[in-house]
Amino acid sequence: MDDRVEDIEIQLLLEALFQRYHYDFRNYARASIKRRLRQARDQMGFASFSALQEGLLHDPARLPRLLDYLTVQVSEMFRDPSYYRAIREKVIPHLRTYPSLKVWIAGCSEGEELYSFVIMFREEGLEKRTLFYATDINPDALDAAARGIYPLDRISAFTSNHRHSGGKSSLSDYYRADYGRAVFDKSLRDRVVFSDHSLVTDAVFAEMHLISCRNVLIYFDRKFQDRAIGLFRGSLARKGFLGLGSKESLHFSEHADAFAPFVRDEKIYQRHEQ
Amino acid sequence: MIASAQANGASPTPVTEAVVIGASAGAVQALARILPALPADYPLPVLVVVHVPADRDNMLVPHFAATCRIAVREAEDKEAIRAGTVYFAPSDYHMLVEPDRTISLSLDPLVHYSRPSIDVLFDSAADAYGPALAGVVLTGANDDGAAGLKAVADAGGVALAEDPATAYSPAMPRAALDACPAARSMSLDQIASFLAALGGARPS
Repeated sequence: MDDRVEDIEIQLLLEALFQRYHYDFRNYARASIKRRLRQARDQMGFASFSALQEGLLHDPARLPRLLDYLTVQVSEMFRDPSYYRAIREKVIPHLRTYPSLKVWIAGCSEGEELYSFVIMFREEGLEKRTLFYATDINPDALDAAARGIYPLDRISAFTSNHRHSGGKSSLSDYYRADYGRAVFDKSLRDRVVFSDHSLVTDAVFAEMHLISCRNVLIYFDRKFQDRAIGLFRGSLARKGFLGLGSKESLHFSEHADAFAPFVRDEKIYQRHEQ
Repeated sequence: MIASAQANGASPTPVTEAVVIGASAGAVQALARILPALPADYPLPVLVVVHVPADRDNMLVPHFAATCRIAVREAEDKEAIRAGTVYFAPSDYHMLVEPDRTISLSLDPLVHYSRPSIDVLFDSAADAYGPALAGVVLTGANDDGAAGLKAVADAGGVALAEDPATAYSPAMPRAALDACPAARSMSLDQIASFLAALGGARPS
């Protein structure tokens, strides 16, 4: 297959996805999206991206499966324990001074990061005064996040991460094992609002004290990254916090001046006073 | 595409604009024979994937920064690829080259049990650079890099593999040579001088 032809097909497929279903992947980092699309094409049984495009345009039932290929990100609870330790030890003392809190887990995928935050806030006695917003563009991923069920074989990694993050309880307090699955306690969702939201096309919806958006921006090109960071800037309360993935930063962003590094090594930033 | 006419004036030979290297078991010793041999005015970027355990601090950058004559850094997401610089993939992230020749990092699933994966780098770099790319598969104990090296050759780029007979761990270069018959097998010192000479017209 001529590479140029493939690039044209991908461009057209992403355009079709946007025009027909309003999912905008046109400014996703192209090299990653191409790998994912190749996988989708092969595993969904299409001979070419053009054929996949036709199938998608004429049959909306194919959309969820394609979205899974394009968006689902398998993470771990307390992935990068030092990040959670920094939130716990450096950010939470500031958050304690507020009578009520809003925390946004942006691009929550299947919920691993969300549950990590809720458990940490429960351990720190802040859960009851906090409202958590968990958003993603993929409705199936949001459903999975709202179920909170993970394969049991992933739990040992979660448990070890939790311990290294400075966890004050045992992770096993929060789930029960059930036929090879770990079912997380539904009380962890008492303070959570799940919502379909796109960092690329949707707007600010509440004023936040902390936004955690980890390993989402790396999938965007600079233009989308700036759009998302502008959204975070507009959503954060005065002196609110923004946490990014360990290989993400604000330093290429046009919004960089609106933030100051708060825990530099952990990519935790604080919104300047306005 | 930048192309220069061959001496005989027949077909144009693409000038190589970037080098990608993949290595696994025995990587540090093998790279130590290659990267420090590149001259201070080396005109190409060199992107390197080494299989490193995810939970281990990546010591490759400080190690090679101290021994190389060109800049050595850990790749950052969305940074522009610059000549005369060695970029190591951060541990536990795939490193990809975008069509506009910037770097993307990703947490997509492991490929050949590896993240970073050599195939992921080589595939994306072959897309971005086409025939202007040189790919090198060094020592290692699995078969990551084989499909990637073939992608480099299929796009018209130069494909090299370390000679399995002298490699610390022969499986990976052997798999690459099997998958990519166009690839040339060379000793580490041959690879070092081949790469050092790249950047002008391609040596034949």
